[in-house]
Amino acid sequence: MHRALAKVLELPASRIRVIACPNGGGFGGKSDPFGHEIVVAKLAMVTGRPVKVTLTREEVFYCHRGRHPTLMWVRTGVDETGRIKGMHFRTLLDGGAYGSYGVASAYYTGALQTVTYPVDRYRFQGARAFTNKAPCGPKRGHGTPQPRFALEVHLDRIAEDLGKDPAALRLEHLVPANSVTANYLKVGSMGLGPCIRKVVEGSGWADKFRRLPHGRGIGLACGSYLSGAGLPIYWNNLPHSGVQLKLDRGGGVAVLCGSTDIGQGSDSILAYIVAEILGVEVPDIHVITADTDLTPVDLGSYSSRVTLMSGNAAVQAAERAREVLARHTATKLDIPADRLAFAECRVFDAENPETGLSFAEAVQTAEAAEGTLVTVGSYTPPPSPGRYRGAGVGPSPAYSYSAAIAEVEVDPGTGVVTVPRIWIAHDVGRCINPVTVMGQVEGSVYMGLGEALMEEMAYRSNRRMVHRIPSMLDYKSPTTLEMCDVVTYLVEDPDPNGPFGAKEVGQGPLLPVPPAIANAVYDAVGVRIDEVPITPEKVLKALKDKERGREGRFGPTGFPNIPWPDPTRVPPPWESGDGRAISGERASTPPGAGGVRSSPHRLTGEPAGGSVPEERQH
Amino acid sequence: MLRMPEFAFLQPKSLRQALKMKEDAGPEGMYVAGGTDLYPNMKRRHQEPKVLISLAGIRALSRITGGAGGAALSVGAGVTLTALHRHRRVCRSYPALARAAELVSTPLLRNMGTFGGNLCLDTRCNYYNQTYEWRKAIDFCMKKDGAICWVAPSSPRCWAVNSSDTAPVTVALGAQFVLAGSDDERTVPAFDFFSDDGIQYLSKHPNEILTEVRLPAQNGWDATYWKVRRRGAVDFPVLGVAVWVKWEGNLVADARVVLGAVASSPLQVFEAAQAVVGSDLDDDAIAAAAGAAFKPAKPMDNTDLTLAWRKEMVRTHVRRALEELRDRRHHLP
Repeated sequence: MHRALAKVLELPASRIRVIACPNGGGFGGKSDPFGHEIVVAKLAMVTGRPVKVTLTREEVFYCHRGRHPTLMWVRTGVDETGRIKGMHFRTLLDGGAYGSYGVASAYYTGALQTVTYPVDRYRFQGARAFTNKAPCGPKRGHGTPQPRFALEVHLDRIAEDLGKDPAALRLEHLVPANSVTANYLKVGSMGLGPCIRKVVEGSGWADKFRRLPHGRGIGLACGSYLSGAGLPIYWNNLPHSGVQLKLDRGGGVAVLCGSTDIGQGSDSILAYIVAEILGVEVPDIHVITADTDLTPVDLGSYSSRVTLMSGNAAVQAAERAREVLARHTATKLDIPADRLAFAECRVFDAENPETGLSFAEAVQTAEAAEGTLVTVGSYTPPPSPGRYRGAGVGPSPAYSYSAAIAEVEVDPGTGVVTVPRIWIAHDVGRCINPVTVMGQVEGSVYMGLGEALMEEMAYRSNRRMVHRIPSMLDYKSPTTLEMCDVVTYLVEDPDPNGPFGAKEVGQGPLLPVPPAIANAVYDAVGVRIDEVPITPEKVLKALKDKERGREGRFGPTGFPNIPWPDPTRVPPPWESGDGRAISGERASTPPGAGGVRSSPHRLTGEPAGGSVPEERQH
Repeated sequence: MLRMPEFAFLQPKSLRQALKMKEDAGPEGMYVAGGTDLYPNMKRRHQEPKVLISLAGIRALSRITGGAGGAALSVGAGVTLTALHRHRRVCRSYPALARAAELVSTPLLRNMGTFGGNLCLDTRCNYYNQTYEWRKAIDFCMKKDGAICWVAPSSPRCWAVNSSDTAPVTVALGAQFVLAGSDDERTVPAFDFFSDDGIQYLSKHPNEILTEVRLPAQNGWDATYWKVRRRGAVDFPVLGVAVWVKWEGNLVADARVVLGAVASSPLQVFEAAQAVVGSDLDDDAIAAAAGAAFKPAKPMDNTDLTLAWRKEMVRTHVRRALEELRDRRHHLP
């Protein structure tokens, strides 16, 4: 916002102050600077008066950046032993009228398929079309829930073709921890296995899958998401996040950080981290965030980056403060600094706990010696091994993992799907604030449920493309009556790149929910709904088709012929690749062959998807 | 944000006063009870009255009288939907009506919204229930400010949908509506209160006040109401099915099948009723009734969910509603 205002108002950034007010409901739709945000500033300058703009719900529908409707096509190579070998993925995104972060969104529809189940070779083709609709952008999950839907439904079909349990199939194909994927994403901790086992056990999967009576079903799906994008949102070589700590001689600690709490509770994370390291109580911490006059820059609340990035900056600043306090306390107590412990608002000799100072006394001691006490921390993600064009989308310091099992009831007379319960396990690395972590998981389930069953941006094609239903009455999202019971398991597999091992939780748990529901609908009534939302009319139509001996499926039947550019070929790490594209082979790849070694593998060309495919090949 | 237009707000204490105020205000005046339908509509400039005459202060409109031992019950039009569905005699003798009232919107709106208001609910259409700016963008429609029906552009009439939950039930029960005018009072059968036109959807004169709904005595009939909508709360019906049967022994002596939300008025399907009269609601009779109800139902592409599915649901839900009545009969001692 600060940058956009400086640019548009043609004022030096140093003459502009932006203070983020307490707000909620980010979800990516507000990532772009909006026209009205600039307009209020300009209008206030012109009139010399405070200015407020309030949008109608309809205006919000037109200006926010929603999820890209995406048509997908996927083909997976499986060898005779049931081993997944290669994957070819195509996406076509409906971008709406503006760019937003659409280029990144398009890349994201191809980026994270590889971090859950390993493939020897991977090929991705994606395109984003401008259309005369409201613009789409980085909505919660940013370009990854769509391909995740396709991939997880596709895997359900592959498992059925192979006669395998879908949970077992996934457990046999887990990306190993501390590895590099075919598209050069560096995976650190990887807790998907425990996640799958938790939900399988908790839901009674073994007794239910393919065993429930007609009309009731159970389905499994998984997902993974970034804990912050590896590259900055605008090109620069500065830290992605910064924290300044100010120690008060009364024992208080002020934490200043540019990060914006958009309701997810990121301010609390800063407080907990600093309190933990300095051994003080949370009420002694004063968090001041998102004020360009006071706080160091943090790139923003997007890509699930705040806990990891501003958290790491806070860790660094707090450790530096502890070091200063330890040095002067050690001198005063005449013991080695490395014997000092920080806990219970005291700095004391770990071998002799009675010997020590209160935290405030420690601050005073250091301030007497050095003057005002301020420390700083900043964070820049580690470099990614990918060096090819497009490798900038997908890298992250750490990946979160989740697995969900949905139980559904389908009324075969109406096609109405209800979801009584979802079991979900999320590998968050480490819970810093378990209440907000649970909140993010449950909120993700809620949002995923709405996307799976009802939410849809619909337009009147006969009337100048107005939004068909721009109101909260007509744009349907679940009420408390539709919301399912949620059984949440938090898996803690600490990641060396996260503060105290923490990874993201704000977006990842949404990903497995829609495909788990789609797979459960298939288990319940034997029809594939390859398009969300899974509405009653789609289910009923598929059921009727099946009754009449046709394919029991509802979804797209084709993928348009797109004049793709020549592929960039990057040998994977195990083919002595170095992350760079190799030239020379770019023009020679026959269409359709890239990525899947065709000869030794049976191709189960299962089209499946969030809107999926055609082209069946066996 | 959407703002209300300016208007004068009058608070009569009696019917006579209210009728006089309306007569004085002329076409610029409107009655309002709970306001849960009218106020949001005013924000979108569907109705733009200069004078609002509140019926909320008229005590006589919120009485429920009679009904002891299954006798006829009279319900004031100003009774809130919450009071209606919680009223003991309503629950005991007219559970179908209590159910329909309870299925309207949300508890908050039922606390404000009245029985009479739900019966007089403005017809709905998703080319119409939009902001002024949205409607302007499509050159408006004939129901307000425009000349054409976008649902059926070659049609001379408006196809907005009667979306009341209680209306089809009152028709199925054979209720009588009492209308007060400045000179007299008249009683009309529920069926005649509504008319199948999206704009002129009530036969009531704008100056008349719906004061009371008279429900028939309980004498061996049974009824139920099924509502189809996307979610379990908030939403208007995309289909309502009200069925009423009069039992004589184990046979149906008389029946009414009334559909909501498939036309501009509650749609009574006489052929469907004919199909079950004389039967014991066996599967064949029910299937015949469901088929007969399916035929005239004409949902249009102007509500939630697709019209083919909504039409198909007529068959399913008429069947399920009649099965409910049959099952209840067979479980009676």
